[in-house]
Amino acid sequence: MKTKDRFDLPQGTLDLLIMRVVALGPIHGYAIAQRIQQMSREALQVQQGSLYPALHRLEYKKVLSAQWQPSETGREAKFYELTANGRAQLKAETESWKRLTDVVGLILKGTLEGIS
Amino acid sequence: MSWLRRLFARKRMEVDLDKELRFHFESQVADKVRSGVPESEARRLTRLEFGGVDQIKEECRNSRGTMWLEVMVRDIRYGLRQLRKAPGFTLTAVLTLALGIGASTAIFAFVNAVLIKPLPYKDPSRLVHLYESIPLGPRFHLSYPDYQDWKRDNKVFSSLDVYMPYGFMMASADGLRQTDGARVSAGFFRTLGVKPVLGRDFYDGEDRPEAARTALLSYSAWQRRYGLNPNVIGQSVVLDRDSYTIIGVLPREFSFPPAEPADFWAILKPSTCRGCHGLFGVARLKDGIDFGTAFSDIKTVAQNLSKLYPDTNREQWAYMQPLTEVIVGDIRPVLLMALSGAGLLLLIAGVNVANLMLVRAESRKREMAVRGALGASRRRLVAQFIREAALLAVIGGVLGVLGAQELMHSLTALIPKDMMTSMPYLHELKLDGRVFAFALGLTALAALLFALAPIARFRSSSISAGLTERGRGASGVTWRRFGANLVVIELGMAMVLLAAAGLLMKSLYRLLHTDVGIVPDHVATIHVQAQSGKYGKPEQQVALVRNILEKVNALPGVKSAGVTQKMPIEDADITEIFTIPGYPDDGQNKEVAVRYVSGGYWTTLKTRLAGGRYFTDAEDSSQPKLAIVNSTLAKLYFPGQNPVGRQIAFDPKQPLSIVGVIDDIQEGQLDAAPRGAVYLPFYQSPRDGFIVLARTAQNDHDLLPTLTSALASIDRGMAIYDPMTMDEKIHDAPATYLHRSSAWLVGGFAVVALLLGVVGLYGVVAYSVGQRRREIGVRMALGAQRSTVYRMILSESCRLIGLGLVVGLITAVAAGSLMHKLLFGVRAWDASTLASVGLILAATSLFASFLPARRAASINPTDALRAE
Repeated sequence: MKTKDRFDLPQGTLDLLIMRVVALGPIHGYAIAQRIQQMSREALQVQQGSLYPALHRLEYKKVLSAQWQPSETGREAKFYELTANGRAQLKAETESWKRLTDVVGLILKGTLEGIS
Repeated sequence: MSWLRRLFARKRMEVDLDKELRFHFESQVADKVRSGVPESEARRLTRLEFGGVDQIKEECRNSRGTMWLEVMVRDIRYGLRQLRKAPGFTLTAVLTLALGIGASTAIFAFVNAVLIKPLPYKDPSRLVHLYESIPLGPRFHLSYPDYQDWKRDNKVFSSLDVYMPYGFMMASADGLRQTDGARVSAGFFRTLGVKPVLGRDFYDGEDRPEAARTALLSYSAWQRRYGLNPNVIGQSVVLDRDSYTIIGVLPREFSFPPAEPADFWAILKPSTCRGCHGLFGVARLKDGIDFGTAFSDIKTVAQNLSKLYPDTNREQWAYMQPLTEVIVGDIRPVLLMALSGAGLLLLIAGVNVANLMLVRAESRKREMAVRGALGASRRRLVAQFIREAALLAVIGGVLGVLGAQELMHSLTALIPKDMMTSMPYLHELKLDGRVFAFALGLTALAALLFALAPIARFRSSSISAGLTERGRGASGVTWRRFGANLVVIELGMAMVLLAAAGLLMKSLYRLLHTDVGIVPDHVATIHVQAQSGKYGKPEQQVALVRNILEKVNALPGVKSAGVTQKMPIEDADITEIFTIPGYPDDGQNKEVAVRYVSGGYWTTLKTRLAGGRYFTDAEDSSQPKLAIVNSTLAKLYFPGQNPVGRQIAFDPKQPLSIVGVIDDIQEGQLDAAPRGAVYLPFYQSPRDGFIVLARTAQNDHDLLPTLTSALASIDRGMAIYDPMTMDEKIHDAPATYLHRSSAWLVGGFAVVALLLGVVGLYGVVAYSVGQRRREIGVRMALGAQRSTVYRMILSESCRLIGLGLVVGLITAVAAGSLMHKLLFGVRAWDASTLASVGLILAATSLFASFLPARRAASINPTDALRAE
């Protein structure tokens, strides 16, 4: 999966980000990409080639549910929402992510101290 | 979502996906426009950023886990499209495969119907067929008293019964006509394990003389003659002037080929004549007894009888064969040979298509390499090969099965009508489960082979090597060698089939032109059976025959006419034992064929007289008894002497003077060994049944109806049947048919094999030329002449052809020795046949390699060098 510039996100992470964004309310694919870009302060730009397969996969796995609704421009767009199952998954994955980053940070901090 | 709903929702999903992506696109464009970028520029930039929309869609589809039916359909359509892009390859591959699978399936259907399908009896492997064997040969008839003794004295059969396979005369609107049927002893059907579907079987003892005459009906006769009317039970039918009551109908699938065709199965009444042989035996082995034990037991029984009744049974032993052997034994070698031919053909076809697949794989190496570089996994590429191979195999298989149907029909049409009736199991010839499974198996095997060939090829070279021009270096050479080996094998196989076909055709020719001792063309023959009541006395019979011959000779175009009681080129011989008066009996039976012929017989058939004279029509019972012998008898029993003037005797009280010796007439089948024969004047021992022969200056076939009506006008009550010309008799003889059908069958295979082999050679040489374009271009640029190029290409193909010929020759000689049972008058390593066949193969192969060689020689060097 390719993002612009600096970051190479592992696959599961994109799913997590999408779920987080969708949790804030029904939103369509373009807006999700923009929101992620915004919230990461332009560090992450998700490509369509990664975004849409991920969205469809999450929909297939019943993490997201979708509905066609008129958008702010007047055209119809596919709006995604988090299902109850999705909400539970988001919670679980957020927690395990926090735990992971804490542990990794601990190890990295320790090593850096040893070197510097 | 259930999979069914998914199927219908697929279209919907595609539309939605497209709409979704389009929305994103438009939104992105709108944003750019809003920030000041002009519309067209915005669109261009967005398009760049988007990348490949189809790829995105594909990924989305994949991530939705589309079900396998959809995927398969998509793959099939993709595969079909790929195949359609290369029509030459596809057509050749599919047709080649269809040919191979179709031929094999059709032949297998025959093998299935004849050899694999069980016979319509209970435990057919436990049934045996019994004969009496005599010095003249092992398969002769039993007599009724012998049958009774065999039945009583044997310890190895749970039941033993007999049948007499000759038909009956039935009265019809136009006089007496022959009707197919057989006579059987009471336990016959029980021995076979067959029960009637209507009515009852004969009961034990129904063949006693005092029991009423009853008969069973065959199913097809019930259909044809009685329209499946259930009231047929109890009706009576007159056969051979006796009234029989119909007591039952046999099952539809029942048939007994040695007695077929048979409409009526009548009860056999006993006879006390031990010397009258007209029956064959069928017996069921007791449980636990094997064939060998039973054979020796029945041989002992027969030996005891020959000691007990030396007058009638001297030198008469027993002979036994498994019933299945009797029924299919003759046709088995033909079928097995056809099957091996088909197998060979399939092999050649398979090798050809594998070849073509390899060529195609080579030409797509660059495409594969690019796709691999662009991210296609190895698995996907392999999957595509398998997909294409499977598709090819399935199309070829389906076409093959359809073709097999047609082939089966035409092959059955090749079999003569009366042979078909004695092979009723062939009526069951159809594509049943086993045959379908066979075809399916072949298709699967083909798919496997075709998928593995290019995969194995790519295994040996890395995909990236295909990207560079030099990629064909070492691996190209390996493949070329492999392809060349394949072609050698193909050509070898074609050689074997051609040689086999050549030998068989020569054998057929020899058979048809073998010296039968007569001049068979322009001779018409017809059977006559006079009413025994009306013509019971010898004088009446003589008068009748004289009358007939006078009438026949008077017919327009008839040059001569004669009668005999049995025609030449038939089997089931009529033989008698003779002695030479004045010579001590050396204990050996001198048994010879006996024929009663009129004086006109000799001139009508244009036999060759080796010594003495023929008898004349004036020599009837008022004259001394005469005989004419054939040269085999003279050589055997009068070695070094002139038999003319000597005497022989069948009845010691009535010796016969030998007045002439003739060159052998072929009395038995065309391929039977010569045997001794004695010819006696018809008028000295007349009978009421005989065959009339007439030589005509005009068309012999046209004479037949004239003959029939002329004879009918003499006496309406006579049975007149089986009109046939002598030529027809020879051409329709079973031996002829066997040779002819084998020759044509193998010939057909050989032609196809040759075509396939030659096409294969063309493919290899053409590929080689394609590979070496650069090399040829360089050489020509450096000054090589066209002839050099020709020589270069042709020398390679000549080497292949030569190798193929040698391999084929060796295999052909080896295979020929397997085939010797079907050859007549031809050695398995007949030099002229092998030479001419080799020539044909070499010539066609050279022509096939000439075409690409010509293309090579006309290569423009600059083009060739530039193209790389």
